[in-house]
Amino acid sequence: MRFLLAGQPNSGKSSIFNSIAGYRSATANFPKSSISYTATRALIAGREVEVVDLPGIYSLTSSDEAAGPAERYLLDEPYDLIINVVDASRLGRSLELTFQLLEFRRPMIVALNMMDEAHRRGVEIDDRALAAELGVPVVTTVSRLGRGLKQLFRDGLRHAAAAVPPVPPTYDLEVEEAIAEVATGLTSRAVVTGVPTRLVAAKLLEGDPHLSGRVLRADPEIARVVEAVGGRLESAHGWSADQVVSGSRHALAHAVEDRVVTLRPAGDGWREKADRLLLNQWTGGPIMVLILGGFFWLVFGIGRRVEAPLLDAFNWIQGSVAEQFPAGGLTATLADGLVMGLAGGVAIVLPYVIPFLIGLAILEDTGYLPRLAYILDSLMHHIGLHGKSVLPMILGYGCSVPAIMATRVLESEKDRKITAALTSFIPCSARTVVIFGLVAAFMGPLWALAIYLVNIVVIVLLGTVMASRMKGASPGLVLEIPDLSLPDVKTLIAKTWLALREFITIAWPLLIASSIILGLLEWGHGAEAVNRLLSPLTVWLLGLPAAVGMTLVFGVLRKELTLVMLVQALGTTDLATVMTTQQLLTFTLFVVFYVPCIATIAVLARQMGWRGALAISGLTVTAAIVVALAGRLLYSVFG
Amino acid sequence: MMTLDTVGVHRQARVIMIDGGHRIRSYLNTLGIHIGDWLTVVQRAPFRGPVLVEIHGSRVALGRGIATKIRVDMDGVLESLSGSTEVFGAGS
Ligand SMILES: Nc1nc2c(ncn2[C@@H]2O[C@H](COP(=O)(O)OP(=O)(O)O)[C@@H](O)[C@H]2O)c(=O)[nH]1
Ligand SMILES: [Mg+2]
Repeated sequence: MRFLLAGQPNSGKSSIFNSIAGYRSATANFPKSSISYTATRALIAGREVEVVDLPGIYSLTSSDEAAGPAERYLLDEPYDLIINVVDASRLGRSLELTFQLLEFRRPMIVALNMMDEAHRRGVEIDDRALAAELGVPVVTTVSRLGRGLKQLFRDGLRHAAAAVPPVPPTYDLEVEEAIAEVATGLTSRAVVTGVPTRLVAAKLLEGDPHLSGRVLRADPEIARVVEAVGGRLESAHGWSADQVVSGSRHALAHAVEDRVVTLRPAGDGWREKADRLLLNQWTGGPIMVLILGGFFWLVFGIGRRVEAPLLDAFNWIQGSVAEQFPAGGLTATLADGLVMGLAGGVAIVLPYVIPFLIGLAILEDTGYLPRLAYILDSLMHHIGLHGKSVLPMILGYGCSVPAIMATRVLESEKDRKITAALTSFIPCSARTVVIFGLVAAFMGPLWALAIYLVNIVVIVLLGTVMASRMKGASPGLVLEIPDLSLPDVKTLIAKTWLALREFITIAWPLLIASSIILGLLEWGHGAEAVNRLLSPLTVWLLGLPAAVGMTLVFGVLRKELTLVMLVQALGTTDLATVMTTQQLLTFTLFVVFYVPCIATIAVLARQMGWRGALAISGLTVTAAIVVALAGRLLYSVFG
Repeated sequence: MMTLDTVGVHRQARVIMIDGGHRIRSYLNTLGIHIGDWLTVVQRAPFRGPVLVEIHGSRVALGRGIATKIRVDMDGVLESLSGSTEVFGAGS
C-alpha cells in the first residue's frame, strides 16, 4: 500500500511523516521547506505501508516550482490513499487544495491538523460536518504532539482498503457547464491520460502549466474548444476563465468554512505581541541586529569555553603518544596523524558546530527566518534580489549544500542563479570553525565579526554586479509569514543530530584519513612538492608559511579540514606561536572565500550546469586573493 | 482607485483588481488572495519595503512591486472589469 501526504506548505505533513519515519524529513517553520519528496515504509496495524511526503503546494494549478513534481506524482504514480493534511487554523484556504485533490477521485482522508493552533485562535471546527461536506473521512490531529495520528493511519488503512473514490465538488453552474463542455470535447477526441476527464477539463480551463502542455501536445485541436468555452466564461463574468474557475473554488471553500466553523473571540497572545515588535517598522531592524549579534556571541562564547580544555587534553595525549614511538619514524607519523584527525573532529570542529547548528535550528523552528525575509526585503532589492533570497542565504551559514538546494523556493531563474552564486560565498559552519578557531581565538571576537562584515560587503558588491548584468524579471516578495512558535526540544535535538550525523559519518573519517595522508606525505616529502607549487600564491602573494599550501588543497574536500590540517602541518594547536596575527588574518580571509567544497560545487553544477559551477569557483578564488591581499596590506598599515 | 501599497496600517481594503499576467494572479490566488477578498494591512516596512497583510486568518508579506499591482478599494465598491459597477454592502 502506498499513502501520499499532500497538503499546503507548513500544514504539518513532515511532522506526520517523521512521527512514523523517525527523523528523516526535515521540518522547518517556513513555507515550502520540502521541495523534493521523501518516502518511508512503516508497519500500520500489521500491514506494510509506504508513506510519501509530497512537497507542500498551495494549489495544483499554480506556476510554482513544487506544484509540478507534486502534480506529476499524483497523476502518474500508483498509490492507494491521499492523506490531505489541512491546517485547521486556515481552513478556508486549505480547502481550495482539498477540492483540487478530490478531483483526482482517489480514496482520500483528511487530517485536520493543528487543532491546538486553531483552538488558540478561537477557531472551532465541527469535524463531522466537515466530513459530511467533503464526503471523505476527517480525523483531527495535532501532529507535533503525535495526537490523533494512530487513528489517522488506522482509518486511512481501512478507507484505502475499501477503495471508495470521493465525489468531486460542485462549482457554480456556469463553471460546471464549461467544465462539462470541455470534458465532452476531450472524450470525443479520446485523449487518454488515465485521469478523470473532468479534472483535465478544469485544468485546461485554468491554464494549468503542467498538465495542459501534456494534453495539448497529444491533442492540439482541444485548444480551440478550451479557448471558445473560456472566452464565453470571460464575457459572462468579465474575468479570464482561470480566474472564474479558481474564484469559484475559492468561494466554495469559504462557504464550506463558514458552515463548519464557529469563531470565538480570541485575545492576542504572546505571539501577536512579539510580532508587533519583531515586524514593527521602527523596532524590527534593531531587534534583528540584536538577535543575530546575540547568536554570534553565544556560539563563540560556548565554543571557546568548550574548545580550550579539549585542546589541552589532546595536546597531552599527542605528547604521550609521541613518546611511545621513535621520533621521525613511520609509526610515529601514522599515530600522530590519527590523533590529530580525532582531535580535529572533537576539539576543533564540534565545539563551534554544535551550538551553531542548534542556534540555526531555533531560528528556523521559531519561524524567524520568514520574518528576516520581510525585514530585509528592501535591502535585498539593492542587490537586485528580494526578501525570499534571505532564506537560502541564512541557511548558507549552516551548510552550503542544502542552502543552494533551497534556492528552488525562488520563482525566477535569475533570482535562483544569483542567490545560488552568492550563497556559495557565505561562510558555512565549517568555515565558521576556521574564523572562530583562528581569528576569534587568537585575535578576539571583534576581528571575527569584521570578517563576517567584509564577507557581506563582498556579497553585496557581487550581487549588485550580477543583477545588473543578468536579464530577467522577478515577481518580488510574496511570502506567507507563519505564526511564531516555540521550538520543540525533541525536534531541535533530532534536527541537530541529522546535521551532525553527516559530519560524523562523512567528514570525520575523511578528516582522520586526510590527517594520516598528510602525515605520510610530509614523511615522504610529497607535501613539499605541493607546497612549493602553491608557494607563489601562499608565500609570495599572501606572505603565509609554505606549509599552508597543502591545507588549502584538503580544504576543497571539506572546509573543516583546513583548520585541522593547518594544525597538523604546523605541528601545534597553539598556532599563535608559529603564525603572526597578520598571517592568521590573511589565511582566514582566503579560506573564507576560496573555492566552495566539492559537495557544494557538485550541487552548484546540478543547479546551474558545470560551466556555472566552474565560473563561480573561479570567481571565489579571485575574490579570495583580492580580499586576503587587501587584508594583508591593510593590516600591515593599520594593524 | 488606489493600490495596496498606499493603504495605511490597520486599514481594511478590498481587492478589486490584480494588474499583471496570469502567473502573478495565480500566484496570489494560491495564497488565498482573490478579487473581492477583504484584507487588513498589518505592517508596512520602511524604505519601500514590503507590506504585511492579513487575509483569511493568515499573514502574507507582499513586496512593494506586487503591492502596486493590487488595486483595492476601501468602501466596498467593486468595479468589475467589464466596467459596470456593482455595490456591495460594506464588508466585515
Ligand atoms: N501548533 C502546532 N504546530 C505544528 C503541528 N504540526 C506541525 N507543527 C509545526 O508547524 C511547522 C511546519 O510543520 P512541517 O511538518 O514542517 O510542515 P510541512 O511544510 O507541511 O511539511 C513546524 O514548525 C511544526 O513544528 C500541530 O499539530 N500543531
Ligand atoms: Mg515538509
